[in-house]
Amino acid sequence: MNGMKWLRLPGARPTPPAAVHPGDVLAEAEALHVRLGTREVLSGVDVMARAGEVLALVGPNGAGKSTLLSALAADLPTAAGLVRVHGRPAADWSAHELALRRAVLPQSATLSFPFAVEEVVRMGRAPWAGTALEDEDDPAVATAMAATETLDFAARPFSALSGGERARVALARVLAQRASLLLLDEPTAALDLRHQELVLRICRERALAGDAVVVVLHDLGLAAAYAHRVVILSAGRAVADGPPAEIFTDRLLSDVYRQPVEVFPHPRSGEVLITPRRGS
Amino acid sequence: MTVTDKGAAPGAKAPAHEAPPVGDLPARPRRGTPWLLTAAMTALLVLLTLTSAGLGAYDISPGDVLTSIAHRAGLGGSELSRVPESVLWNVRFPRIVLALLIGASLGCAGALMQGVFGNPLAEPGVIGVSSGAAVGAVAAISFGLNFLGNWTIPAFAFVTGLGTVLLVYAMSRSGGRTEVVTLILTGIAVNAFTGALIGLFIFFADTAAVNQITFWQLGSLSAATWPKVLAVLPCAALGLAVAPLYARKLDLLSLGERPARHLGVDVERLRIVLVLVIALLTAAAVSVSGIIGFVGLVIPHLLRMAAGPGHRFLLPGSALGGAVVLLAGDLAARTVAEPAELPLGVLTALFGSPFFFWLLRRTRRRQGGWA
Repeated sequence: MNGMKWLRLPGARPTPPAAVHPGDVLAEAEALHVRLGTREVLSGVDVMARAGEVLALVGPNGAGKSTLLSALAADLPTAAGLVRVHGRPAADWSAHELALRRAVLPQSATLSFPFAVEEVVRMGRAPWAGTALEDEDDPAVATAMAATETLDFAARPFSALSGGERARVALARVLAQRASLLLLDEPTAALDLRHQELVLRICRERALAGDAVVVVLHDLGLAAAYAHRVVILSAGRAVADGPPAEIFTDRLLSDVYRQPVEVFPHPRSGEVLITPRRGS
Repeated sequence: MTVTDKGAAPGAKAPAHEAPPVGDLPARPRRGTPWLLTAAMTALLVLLTLTSAGLGAYDISPGDVLTSIAHRAGLGGSELSRVPESVLWNVRFPRIVLALLIGASLGCAGALMQGVFGNPLAEPGVIGVSSGAAVGAVAAISFGLNFLGNWTIPAFAFVTGLGTVLLVYAMSRSGGRTEVVTLILTGIAVNAFTGALIGLFIFFADTAAVNQITFWQLGSLSAATWPKVLAVLPCAALGLAVAPLYARKLDLLSLGERPARHLGVDVERLRIVLVLVIALLTAAAVSVSGIIGFVGLVIPHLLRMAAGPGHRFLLPGSALGGAVVLLAGDLAARTVAEPAELPLGVLTALFGSPFFFWLLRRTRRRQGGWA
C-alpha cells in the first residue's frame, strides 16, 4: 500500500509512545467516509476518543459501528476524511508503532492452532519485545488474566474453551498489550451477566488509569451505566454524541432503532434504564 | 490504604485482593518437552546416520565408519581400504547428506506452510506446490537445459514452485482465511493442471529423458552424488536459516491477519518472505528427488501434538524430524527389498496418506462437517 513502508528496515526502531495525559485525544475521525465495495458505510463521521474516558459506540445493526472502530484502528483505507491516532495520521505510523499505541479486540476470536490460553495472552506482549518494557511481560499477563478471570484455565488449549471463555481470553490478550488506546468490538456479546459487568468495569478502570477506551455495545443499559460518552450511529452517520444521560431520549432512540423505546430512571438508584415499548 | 492497614505490623503481607501476585501464573505447560524431543531426535539422527552409512550391498561396521570420519576430520583414525572408503564417501555419505537436506526442507516447508495458510492441512505435496516445482524440473530435464549448470533444475523448480504457491495462496483465501475445503480443492485443481503439464513435457521428451523423468518422479535418492548435494544446498540452507527468524510472527499470525497486524506484524511483508522461503525449500526437495509427499504434513503434526504449536520449536523441530524420517525412509527403501530399491516417494505416500486421511476425518469431525 504505502511505498515508504517497504523501505523501512525490519530492525528499524519504532518511535516509543509518548506519555499520555488525561483529556488527550488518542483517536480521532474527521469527516470520515469509508466505502466497503460500492456501499458507503460511513458518510462523514466525526468522533474523538480522549484519554481517561470510556466512549461507547451504539446503533442498530449495519449502522457502521464496527467499521468506525476498524477505521480508528487504522485497519481500513478511508475514502475521504482523516483518522488520527495519537495525534498523527494513522497511515504515517508503522504496524509496530501502532501496536505500541492501540490494542484492538476483534468481534470474534479465532485461532488456527491450539495454543494454550496463557500463550495466547502472552501474544499481546509481542509489540514490546526488545524494548525496556519487556520486563513487564509477566506482570502484564498475570494482571490481565486475573482481571478477566481466566487464570483458572491458563494451561488449557484455547480451542477447548467455550465461547464466553474465549472472549475473555481475547480480552486478556488485548489488556496485556497495555496500549493507551483500547478499541473493543462487542466485548460483551458472548458473555453472561456477571462477566458483562466485569468487562465494563475493566473498561472503567482502564479509563480511570488514563487510557482511552472505545467500545462497541449493543446493550444500551450497559452503555448508559458505564460509558462517559456515547456516540449513536445510524446509517453511517453520528446522530448524537454526548453523555448517555443527556442523549438517550425516548424520541431519539425510538427513531434510530425504528422501535418504540422508553427511557426512565431506576426507581431506587436513579440509573438510566432503557426498554423497548412492547404492545400493551 | 485504610487506617487498619497502616496499623499492621511492618512486613505484613499485602491483602490478597490488592494486586495479583506475579508468581501466580501457573507453570507454563510442556516447557521441557521441546528439549527432550530435540535431544531424542538428534540422538536418533546420529544413530541412523551411522547405520545408514554401514548398511547396504557392501556392509561396513560402525567402528570403521567412525574411524573413517575421524580420519577425514583430522582427528586421528585411519583410512579404510580402497573399496569401503570409496563406498562410504562417494556413495553412502552424499546420499545421507541429501536425505538430511531434503527431509529438513520438507519438514520445515510443511510447518511454514501450515503457519502461513493458518491451516493444519497445508503441505507442499497436498496443495500442489511440489508438483508445481516438478513442472519446472521436468521442463529443464526434458529440454536438456543446463545454462545454469548444476543449478538449472533447482532454479527452474524454484520459479515454477513459487508461481504455484502464489497461485494457490491467491485462489484459496477469502476474507483473510483459508478454509480446508477450498484449500484441498484448489490443491486438486493445481495437481491436475501440473500433472497435465508434466505429461506434455514427457510427451515431447526423447526416450532417455522420459526414463530419467519417470524414475525421478517416483521420488528417490539413489542417484545421489556430491554435485547433487551442492545443487540442493543453497536453496535448502538459505530456507532453513531464514525460516526460524519468523517463528514469533507466525505464532501471532495464528490469531488471524488483522489481529497479527494489531500486534505490530507487517503481514504483507511476512507473507511475501515466507512464500519465497517455502518455494526455496520445496524446490530444494523436489529438484533432485522428485515428489516425496506427506513428510511436511506428518512431522509438524506429531510435534504439535507433543510439544504445542509454538513455531519457535516447531520450525527447527520439523526440520530435524523431517531429516530423521527421510533418512529412516531412505534406509528402509534401499534395504527392505535388497538388492532392489523401493522408490522413497512411494514409501512415504504409503504411510503418509492414511495419516492424511485420519487428519481429514478428525478436522471434519471437529468442525462438524464441511458445510
